[in-house]
Amino acid sequence: MSQEALFELKQVEKSFVKGKETISIFNDLNMTIDRGDFLAIMGPSGSGKTTLLNMLGGVDQPSGGEIWFDGARMDNLSESKLTQWRAHNIGFIFQFYNLMPMLNAARNVELPLLLTRLSRSQRKRSVEAALALVGLSDRAKHMTSEMSGGQQQRVAIARAIVSDPKLILCDEPTGDLDRTTADEILEMLQLLNRDHGKTIVMVTHDPAAASYARQTVHLDKGKFVHKEVLA
Amino acid sequence: MNDLYLIYKNMTRKPLRLFLTCFAIFIAFLIFSAVTTLKSALDSGVDLAADDRLVVVNSINFTQPLPIAYYQKVAAIEGVKEVTHLNWFGGFYQDAKNQIITMAVEPESYLRVYNEVVVIPEQKSAWLQTRQGILIGRKLAETQGWKIGDKIPLSSNIFSHKDGGHSWEFVVSGIFDGVDENYDTRYAVFHYKYFMETQTFGGDWIGWMTLVTQDPSINQQVADVIDATFANSQAETDTSTEKAFNKAFIEQIGNIGLIIFGVVFMAFFTILIVVGNTMALAVRERTGEIAVLKTLGFSAPRVFGMVLVESLLVALIGGFLGLAMGWLIIEGAKSSMAQFLPNLAMGGDIVAQAVLYMILLGLVTGLVPAYNALRLNIITAFNRS
Ligand SMILES: Nc1ncnc2c1ncn2[C@@H]1O[C@H](COP(=O)(O)OP(=O)(O)OP(=O)(O)O)[C@@H](O)[C@H]1O
Ligand SMILES: [Mg+2]
Repeated sequence: MSQEALFELKQVEKSFVKGKETISIFNDLNMTIDRGDFLAIMGPSGSGKTTLLNMLGGVDQPSGGEIWFDGARMDNLSESKLTQWRAHNIGFIFQFYNLMPMLNAARNVELPLLLTRLSRSQRKRSVEAALALVGLSDRAKHMTSEMSGGQQQRVAIARAIVSDPKLILCDEPTGDLDRTTADEILEMLQLLNRDHGKTIVMVTHDPAAASYARQTVHLDKGKFVHKEVLA
Repeated sequence: MNDLYLIYKNMTRKPLRLFLTCFAIFIAFLIFSAVTTLKSALDSGVDLAADDRLVVVNSINFTQPLPIAYYQKVAAIEGVKEVTHLNWFGGFYQDAKNQIITMAVEPESYLRVYNEVVVIPEQKSAWLQTRQGILIGRKLAETQGWKIGDKIPLSSNIFSHKDGGHSWEFVVSGIFDGVDENYDTRYAVFHYKYFMETQTFGGDWIGWMTLVTQDPSINQQVADVIDATFANSQAETDTSTEKAFNKAFIEQIGNIGLIIFGVVFMAFFTILIVVGNTMALAVRERTGEIAVLKTLGFSAPRVFGMVLVESLLVALIGGFLGLAMGWLIIEGAKSSMAQFLPNLAMGGDIVAQAVLYMILLGLVTGLVPAYNALRLNIITAFNRS
């Protein structure tokens, strides 16, 4: 296993049982994701992009094969261990932001910190820093339900980075946004990757979005069919 | 921010729904605490009555008077050992809320019939000789701070004094004890003669009679003879043991109590379903949010706990408000009910029972949604929304 690899997938299999049928999404999927990479995953609908992302994020488990993260095997962890693992290592960004409507921006960002041992003042500082990074310091007390889509996604980004995870997983982070706003968000991800050393894996349908990544892989019928390296 | 803040925010996100749910629980615990208190006050009365004493009341009902002439007639009936007569005075001291159970009695026979009333000889003779003398129970003396020789005015909420007003002047001639601890000494007795001479109702009449027979075994016989004696007269009588009398009185209310108890049970059951359904609905609406929390790394047990605490809080808020309101109502009713229910008070056991039911309600209504949240699968939750 290379020193650089953050993730290593070995002969990963994934299938779903639907009634009497078993649908196989992946059989024998192999890949490595390096530290500091910004990887875009593209592919037609139903090709298994979200399923792959879920397995990387530890919310879903493969039916076979191995997934190694940071030198340790993680696909066979128990559910409660995986939950802890997610809290420590992964930041999630969703297409529809998935913020808590009854909490203001700052409290939404603070949410992952409830899973840490940080003191109240340390948490406050982290939240302020994360909000500053996404340019929303002046909106800390605003309710997210009264914000634009772009602003909500920035709050979501702040939430994803506030506990300083190694890896950020995004599923269609710009799927609900117009071009200009999408570009803002993508630039922000790029900044996190370049200047803050975050490893990012992003699923997208949009080639323009993928162009912000360092690499793009195309997934079809459970296989990588094509790989582009940009910068 | 902490988990409790999240719970609070979840709980209050639909204020009207929260209000209605708490209100339903409020009503349930209001009814529960008031009815249970009433019932325990009713039950405690029966035990104090002696078994071998008979009570003669007007057969219409016990609040109707009897002619004084009946007293001599009953005394002459074979098997009757001692008989006395009593009149309800309906007294209070200074404030109508400060009810004092007071009866006008024929002093000598009273002390013979109620032999659990213990009074030292000097005080006894002082009372017998003082026209305005009043004999008060130890507990009453202690709570009011009355001593021998005190002049106390007592007012009646039923009768008027012939000199105008509703107030009578008494002198404390004696303080009696009960023959044992259980005897309730929170009452006072004074001279029937003084009462009859000063009240404006007129006539020689008595409220009821209490008697002891030669032997408890002939009680039924004697009771039958008494009622037969006054059959078809202007005031027919109804004679029963003191215990049966108390019990009959209580059962009238007791049956109502049973009906109310049924209502309370129904209310509880309905509220259980309503609150349970509301909680389930509230949590189902949050399926996506719970999935997000779990994705972020909130453990399943933690999410389970948050839902359970939320439903517990709702039950406790509504429940304690209902309990407090029940307590206020009981305290307010205490004085006006004192003559019938001297033991009307919400005891610690009732409070404890109510709190237990609140916790049970919270747990039962929260358990299903909490379990659903516990088991919620992140992927299927996201696929659904
Ligand atoms: N929990 C599940 N149970 C059964 N089948 C599933 C489940 N999750 C995904 N699938 C199936 O797996 C296949 C891949 O789904 P996935 O969501 O990973 O696709 P995707 O590439 O993300 O598609 P899209 O671009 O539409 O988001 C689909 O055929 C889907 O129906
Ligand atoms: Mg998808």
